[in-house]
Amino acid sequence: MANDYYNSSDLKKFGEITEWSEELGKKFFDYYGKVFEEGALSAREKSLIALAVSHVVHCPYCIDAYTKDGLQRGITKEEMMEAVHVGAAIQSGATLVHGVQMMNKHKKLSM
Amino acid sequence: MAIKKSLSARKNELSNPENQLHFLSNGIFREGKLASFEQKVKADNDFPLRPKKLEILQINVGYMCNQVCAHCHVDAGPDRKEIMTRETMQQCLDIIKSTSTHTLDLTGGAPEMNPNFRWLVEEASKIGVKDFIVRSNLTIIRSNPKYYDLPEFFKKHNIHVVSSMPHYTKDMTDRQRGSGVFNLSIKALEELNAVGYGKEGSGLQLDLVYNPGGAFLPGNQESLEKDFKNALKKDFNIEFNHLFAITNLPISRFLEYLIVSENYEDYMTTLVEAFNPAAVANVMCTNTVSVGWDGYLYDCDFNQMLGLKVASKVQHIKDYNEKLLTNRNIITSQHCFGCTAGAGSSCQGSVA
Ligand code: SF4
Ligand code: SF4
Repeated sequence: MANDYYNSSDLKKFGEITEWSEELGKKFFDYYGKVFEEGALSAREKSLIALAVSHVVHCPYCIDAYTKDGLQRGITKEEMMEAVHVGAAIQSGATLVHGVQMMNKHKKLSM
Repeated sequence: MAIKKSLSARKNELSNPENQLHFLSNGIFREGKLASFEQKVKADNDFPLRPKKLEILQINVGYMCNQVCAHCHVDAGPDRKEIMTRETMQQCLDIIKSTSTHTLDLTGGAPEMNPNFRWLVEEASKIGVKDFIVRSNLTIIRSNPKYYDLPEFFKKHNIHVVSSMPHYTKDMTDRQRGSGVFNLSIKALEELNAVGYGKEGSGLQLDLVYNPGGAFLPGNQESLEKDFKNALKKDFNIEFNHLFAITNLPISRFLEYLIVSENYEDYMTTLVEAFNPAAVANVMCTNTVSVGWDGYLYDCDFNQMLGLKVASKVQHIKDYNEKLLTNRNIITSQHCFGCTAGAGSSCQGSVA
């Protein structure tokens, strides 16, 4: 069972999703490529954002891919770790901010 | 990965080039999981590679070096004794006078450690080559008082200095090149800047070479150059002209690193998948001849380290014949994938 869900070699096969839906697959990869081009944000900044989001969405494929991408761009390990903390801070903040909802409900229901 | 001695001094089996070539032709390539370099190039009808015009003469004046970098394709180090004699240098000078090559490129090891290095530079600059490159590892300039005047010496002979710098931070530089290398390199760069190297309008060219510090390819050369320029200016007020992004070829100590770190198969797969037919036309063996410390001729410095002498009747600088040499097939193997991946790679950086 160990390898059933995530297999690092599957990342290389990502392009194959196009085989079962050519139009949508192609549109996705065109879009993806465009997003990561130099723009108002540099490709370097986008790589760090992608790394942070990869952690938040718990995607091991993306983590491997954007760690390597970061190394190729000369991004330092300190920059990478800070990006991961940004993702983690937003994620924990998003959990904690729901505490207000809990407090609201608690207050409403309590005498 | 701190390394103290060359493969050769450690009697590592990879110090024998035949073992490296054997390794590169077996495993994943033998099993057919990856196409060989020959198969890839044949698919575009470019096989065998042939030289176009001899433009660059690259002379390796010896494998001795003050450093023992983890990725070194030369397997250089203080323990290497191979050194070019003045007699062989004279043979090179005779050829420089008569050939059409416009660029002379001195490399090593640390070329400055050859006792006849200064003599060679003085004699060669009298001949007047258009572009006279010395590949200096920077730390040599600060390693011993006898080298402290090198920046002035380079300036006097209008040498084009090309120096290695794998990153603009200490951590990544020292991991590849040895502890303390970053600080010494910065000091050396400051001294080169002080005599005018890398400064606008000085005419003194200072370029940096970037090699990835691990099992990954170099990113875009232009972006890296921009980042290096900004960081070195901001942190140390250092200036330079261009950055050459060079891919690490899977030979010698870098091959050892790939095997030991269990990155070999993934790295080779990355290189093969990044094969760029457009880079093939401009690989450096198409316009360069490499001369070894003992005067033998090779298609490039990498083939020199693999012991692959040119496939020509002429194999030694004393018999140099441009016409015969241009009419040869270049010897290739799987290490050549390092020159054709992505934007391609040569001693002058990207080629495609
Ligand atoms: S990479 Fe250059 S500086 Fe480092 S050991 Fe090899 S020849 Fe010397
Ligand atoms: S390794 Fe040498 S022979 Fe092979 S492609 Fe590169 S320059 Fe040419």
